[in-house]
Amino acid sequence: MSVGIVMLVHNAFGRAEQVARHWAAAGCPVVIHVDKAVPRRKHDAFVAALADVKTIRFSTRYRCEWGSWGIVAASQAAAELMLVSFPKVRHVYLASGSCLPLRPVQELIEYLKERPQTDFIESATTADVPWTVGGLDAERFTLRFPFSWRRQRYLFDRAVDIQRKLKLQRRMPNNLVPHMGSQWWCLTRRTLSAVLQDPDRKTYDKFFRHVWIPDESYFQTLARLYSTKIESRSLTLSKFDFQGKPHIFYDDHLQLLRRSDCFVARKIWPYADRLYEAFLTDPAGAMKRTEPNPGKIDRIFAKAVERRTRGRPGLYMQSRFPNEDWENGVTAAPYSMFQGFAELFEDFEHWLSRTTGARVHGHLFAPDRAHFAEGQTTLNGALSDNPILRDYNSSAFLTNLIWNTRGERQCFQFGPMDNQDINWRVARDPNAQVSVITGAWAVPLFRSNLDFAEIRKTAAKLQRIESAHMDVLRAPRTKARVRIWTMAEFIEAPMEPLQGILDEIGRNRLRRLSEAPRMVNLTGFGQFLQNLKNQGMHPYLMGDFPVVRGVDDEAKPSLKPYLVK
Amino acid sequence: MGVIQSYRLRLQRKRWRIRAFRKRRELTLVENRTSQIKRNDLLVFCTQRNERIRLPYFLQYYRDMGVDHFFFVDNDSTDGSLDYLAAQPDVSVWSAKGSYKRARFGVDWLNWLQMRYAHGHWALTVDPDEFFVYPFCDTRPLRALTDWLDASSIKSFSAMLLDMYPKGRLDAQPYREGQDPIEIASWFDSGNYTISRNPQFGNLWVQGGPRARVFFPEAPEKAPALNKVPLVKWDRRYAYVSSTHTLLPRGLNQVYDEWGGEKASGVLLHAKFLDTFSAKATEELDRNEHYAASVEYKAYAARLEDDPQLWCKWSERYINWRQLEILGLMSKGNWA
Repeated sequence: MSVGIVMLVHNAFGRAEQVARHWAAAGCPVVIHVDKAVPRRKHDAFVAALADVKTIRFSTRYRCEWGSWGIVAASQAAAELMLVSFPKVRHVYLASGSCLPLRPVQELIEYLKERPQTDFIESATTADVPWTVGGLDAERFTLRFPFSWRRQRYLFDRAVDIQRKLKLQRRMPNNLVPHMGSQWWCLTRRTLSAVLQDPDRKTYDKFFRHVWIPDESYFQTLARLYSTKIESRSLTLSKFDFQGKPHIFYDDHLQLLRRSDCFVARKIWPYADRLYEAFLTDPAGAMKRTEPNPGKIDRIFAKAVERRTRGRPGLYMQSRFPNEDWENGVTAAPYSMFQGFAELFEDFEHWLSRTTGARVHGHLFAPDRAHFAEGQTTLNGALSDNPILRDYNSSAFLTNLIWNTRGERQCFQFGPMDNQDINWRVARDPNAQVSVITGAWAVPLFRSNLDFAEIRKTAAKLQRIESAHMDVLRAPRTKARVRIWTMAEFIEAPMEPLQGILDEIGRNRLRRLSEAPRMVNLTGFGQFLQNLKNQGMHPYLMGDFPVVRGVDDEAKPSLKPYLVK
Repeated sequence: MGVIQSYRLRLQRKRWRIRAFRKRRELTLVENRTSQIKRNDLLVFCTQRNERIRLPYFLQYYRDMGVDHFFFVDNDSTDGSLDYLAAQPDVSVWSAKGSYKRARFGVDWLNWLQMRYAHGHWALTVDPDEFFVYPFCDTRPLRALTDWLDASSIKSFSAMLLDMYPKGRLDAQPYREGQDPIEIASWFDSGNYTISRNPQFGNLWVQGGPRARVFFPEAPEKAPALNKVPLVKWDRRYAYVSSTHTLLPRGLNQVYDEWGGEKASGVLLHAKFLDTFSAKATEELDRNEHYAASVEYKAYAARLEDDPQLWCKWSERYINWRQLEILGLMSKGNWA
């Protein structure tokens, strides 16, 4: 009879009864505190149901509202009753009605027997550990909390605001150092009785009565005064979500709980029949021993919090629709946008997909349709190539495409003839790698068979659009990785920029480029630009293109015009 | 949101409630078993018309999930579904003689029943071809979800409509009574949904999927809304505004996170596209009792005549909720 259990109960009495019987059957006396808010009828039935067990007592009832003093008062009363009624108890374990012992009780008894002087109570100084959610940590001790957080939230918040504004502060009595930690502890008789029989207890109680969530700080602070050996951890497995509410365990957590190294878990869903069946059996039938792996539990619940607070980058869905600039990733993965390359090089798309292994699309935002790789009419996720559907919400089209193809690098062509709605979206996306050869849109015009008047008109329009796009890409708000060359600059030395782009796309391409894409025949392009100029349309985005250039040195296309050593 | 707009929404909510109150006269009680309802029971609300063949599986699906009581409004059925429903031990059923359209597609009728019977209960409002899927639905009953929502002080739960379709022609595999329709219509579009905010009600407007892809490629703005909030801890002051897409007070529409995180959400598998669909479309076209002058059904009829194929190479085959969660169609949020 070395371990006594103090149980705080407020609902699910059937389960509480089951667990209390389990403790008692293993030889642990139990003192139960029933919340005063529980109707008398229910309380009486519960007491009557446990009347046959000699080692179960019921303590004076207090109203236990979350965050208020009642829970501490209840723990004090129950602990006092425990110490008085069961003099052989050496450790007192504080548990709740929705706690479930994970390991045979005998193991707990032996474990504590080997550590007769150790207090297991999580207790960290508020100064050093950013403990809580919601901004109140040190202020839990320095402010007063006259209003209920649950029922009078508005008043609660206002009261905090006013005290902050007026800089009202309370002082810790006797220069106590505030400590906080899990409310579920296991203390030795020596420490616990020292706390409960402290001559200054009245002062402390008076102070903590107005502390916010005192059940996480009262014993945690006072135990530091008397304990000779504190092990600052809780023997109860208890996980909290981002709002500080405990996570609940269900039947499907059975394997997970088997691998916990804790003695008790909280909180269990009252209808989790399989859990109660599996853990509330005699030691022989109890769990097969499995290697404890508490890290796995930690990971699962840490991930849940992460999912709730940060979410999956680049995902837009019914329950995640971030405001602009709060996306935590505009898109799901890095991608590349090429402007002018497909115009300047023959067969650029195939070359790029061969060299990088990425999926290379054509002009995804072309007016006639979305040119998916390999001429497909739908893409991953049943994304349609229909231009009206696409333009209905073009940034959703882009984010969907990148989300749907996670794990595969996407590249696509872009140009001033395409839908420009996504320009800002792309520019502000750190995942975007944008490479532009300005003025290359003139090459298809140059090679086309159109009327010159028509060409002049189109050229003027495309130049205007591209120029506006370049302003976007050069804006200070832009977060994309942007590279811009004028066409003249680029064809001067095309290999270096290409190598740079490919290096960034990465993928086992440490070798130098051996095969370059073939540039289209530009003979006469300089003259073409001069003609535009002569018509009063000055094409400036191409950079300085000499009129005669290309007549001699690029007259005959060779098979591999650019071989780089 | 300003005081004036807030007040306008309040007036609008009252208007819907008064309307529901007036429309109660169109409802004739057929079988009332509401005295069986206990505190905290989970309730399903449903309007139906000539869905006899679907009802057995529908009831079984939700009973297995842990639903305690069903509320049906039967709108002029001629296939014996009313009698079938009246004979079920956990169903209360009313028959509605009025116009489905003028009851705002059944919303007024259900608002009335919810006002009357759902106060303080979790109420799930679904159609007979909608199957609710939520995180962990294969291992945890619906009550686990509602208990968790209660503990987290969440009052409404989002479940997007996911259109399911078969591979091949819609009429290739006839649906048998009692069969899981997802066995036939087991394919869906996983990643072509578009979302925008509705500034008035604060809800998201989700469109896309096979209906936008096949029936509305030229007019995507007319494609049906897919956002739904079917599961609500009902209070008699609440009202659905249009189908289960929008609720008032508008705070109930805040089922999504705006700061990058994910809230928990589910999916309504929409098994509309079975062999029964063509007949239904023709009938509904004649009745002209559906939304926006039945524009949906007109578009369906036009397309379905020549090529009733919704499946495409990138369609995804339904496996379970975890698949939907990985694809980003629903989320566990911080429920673990």
